[in-house]
Amino acid sequence: MTQRIYVPCDTTALSLGADDVAAAIKIEAASRGLSVEIIRNGTRGMLWLEPLVEVETDNGRIAYGPVSASDVASLFECDFTTGQPHHNLYIGRVDELPFLTKQQRLTFARAGISDPVSIDDYCALDGFNGLKNALALNQQAIIDEVKVSGLRGRGGAAFPTGIKWQTVLDAPGQQKYIVCNADEGDSGTFADRLVMECDPYMLIEGMTIAGLAVGATQGYIYLRSEYPVAHKLMNEAIKRAYQAAYLGNDILGSGRQFDLEVRLGAGAYICGEETSLLESLEGKRGLVRAKPPLPAIVGLFGQPTVVNNVLSLAAIPYILDKGGQAYADYGMGRSRGTLPLQLAGNVKQGGLVELAFGVTLRELMDDFGGGTLTGRPLKAVQVGGPLGAYLPEHQWDTPLDYEQFAQVGAVLGHGGVVMFDDTVDMGEQARFSMEFCTVESCGKCTPCRIGSTRGVEVIDRIRAGENPDANLELLSDLCDTMLDGSLCAMGGMTPYPVRSVMHYFPNDLSPRD
Amino acid sequence: MSSFTQWTTDSIQKIIDDLKHKPGALLPILHAIQDEFGFIPEKSISLIADALLQSRAEIHGVVSFYHHFRTTAPGKNRIEICRAEACQSVGARSLEAHAKSCLNIDYHQTTNDHAFSLEPVYCLGNCATGPSIRIDDDIHGRVTTEKFDALIARHRQTIKEAV
Repeated sequence: MTQRIYVPCDTTALSLGADDVAAAIKIEAASRGLSVEIIRNGTRGMLWLEPLVEVETDNGRIAYGPVSASDVASLFECDFTTGQPHHNLYIGRVDELPFLTKQQRLTFARAGISDPVSIDDYCALDGFNGLKNALALNQQAIIDEVKVSGLRGRGGAAFPTGIKWQTVLDAPGQQKYIVCNADEGDSGTFADRLVMECDPYMLIEGMTIAGLAVGATQGYIYLRSEYPVAHKLMNEAIKRAYQAAYLGNDILGSGRQFDLEVRLGAGAYICGEETSLLESLEGKRGLVRAKPPLPAIVGLFGQPTVVNNVLSLAAIPYILDKGGQAYADYGMGRSRGTLPLQLAGNVKQGGLVELAFGVTLRELMDDFGGGTLTGRPLKAVQVGGPLGAYLPEHQWDTPLDYEQFAQVGAVLGHGGVVMFDDTVDMGEQARFSMEFCTVESCGKCTPCRIGSTRGVEVIDRIRAGENPDANLELLSDLCDTMLDGSLCAMGGMTPYPVRSVMHYFPNDLSPRD
Repeated sequence: MSSFTQWTTDSIQKIIDDLKHKPGALLPILHAIQDEFGFIPEKSISLIADALLQSRAEIHGVVSFYHHFRTTAPGKNRIEICRAEACQSVGARSLEAHAKSCLNIDYHQTTNDHAFSLEPVYCLGNCATGPSIRIDDDIHGRVTTEKFDALIARHRQTIKEAV
């Protein structure tokens, strides 16, 4: 009998030796005369356990991890192919693990189950049901379903997706576009990458539905060049989707058209800002455009364009399959549905946690994260990427909700949660926020381009003990100028982490004796 | 180890001709040139400008805007070290310092034997298992200084065997 063994092929598993593990399993099985089929699945999102090897048994899929190539011989010794528990890497039945059962996975329901580029596997797990429903609906009915879902843009700005689509549908234009923002540059975020590496057809399906809804026949995925694995898998999935008529000029025999292409970015953080992204797609420097006009009206090549984050588009297949109300039944207040959160940095159990809005930051970090990796006390948490505030302990009971975070001067952003233990020097973190802005500013507006350079200088002076009081006042004034005077969130939000350090960790910024 | 070919005017022109019909063709052209030759040879600027009916200044402006594009030949292995917050929280700053002293170069430099180029990168999306580095198209997680040394030794060995 052939034994099925799963070894993930996403970036994190590969970065920890998954290819070596798969090769070792093949060699070891052959030397023992065992017949095995190795399937390269996506990750389950329990990244601290990668490479997580699963075997298919009569009692479900049994997991072992984190496995290195040198563990493989001993796993075979323990007869792991039949799911035996007598090995120190034995974890148990994967679908019963609390880290997964406590989540509410709508977008990531399929992640890690099967070969990400197999269309058959995707269809067997409800894949393309949303597209089939959408093909039977008129444009307005699709958009109405998205409006009912309450879905708000998951890139960070939280703008209602249905309203954006309505604007594009209503805007006159010869050639409309769907642009997927896959320039996931925020440190601590990797949910977009996991969608593309573990469930790429979900993104293809979501973009195709968006195209049908607004009357766009061309889509682009603007993917960052730092994601070579996602690039390869996404391109393979698109090729197969064309072959199976899920893309092209006659989608599933409907006569409807949607074409899709991946375009690579080139290492510019600012191109995650939607207008800068559009400039880049047009083959220009990624300079931010002034708004209005909105991209929904004057977007790519001057045409009406939907620009949505990967996670927003990835939520669409579920909404068109199960209905907008089913999605809206999750969440709190005006934040409906689920948010894929990413636990990162100094965390014991880092990974992907998809939950309905409303759980507190502390619950997330304790119940799922299990505390810090180093075991030392947690000191600060940066939520929402490099432009997000550092939260001190008294803010950790804030519920994860767009409005609640805004109330404490923080942002939820793309859902990245980066934990720091008590060895962190918050003054150094504040300096880095300004330094990052000097490197990544597009240079179009002065508060961002010059302000960040002056910010690094003034923080250096404060840290050196040079007129700290006067320089702190100057820094505060500089933050106001950047916040109020910048063209986009790059310069406009760099003050968020800096100010949070000034308010909550003043001793780190300006050491007093 | 990356294997790049030596550029010629004809080979650059062919890449441009294959891609220039695409809407917004400039980034795809620049990527294709760098993938083939390891960098953007200066000669490319005027060839692209002619093909896309743009000025050389416009093309140069785009090349210089994006961190990914380089105008000098890279080492045989291009190493990128993540400098972003998630990796900082688990020791990226000391890894950076170690890498620079071990290779005896700073960022944006190449070792004298042309074996390694060192670049900073702001996030490889491997944030739950940092510190992370990228060597060519391979990403490595939980990179301690020992693991870094072992990776460098392995790549030096590969270069030696290829000679």
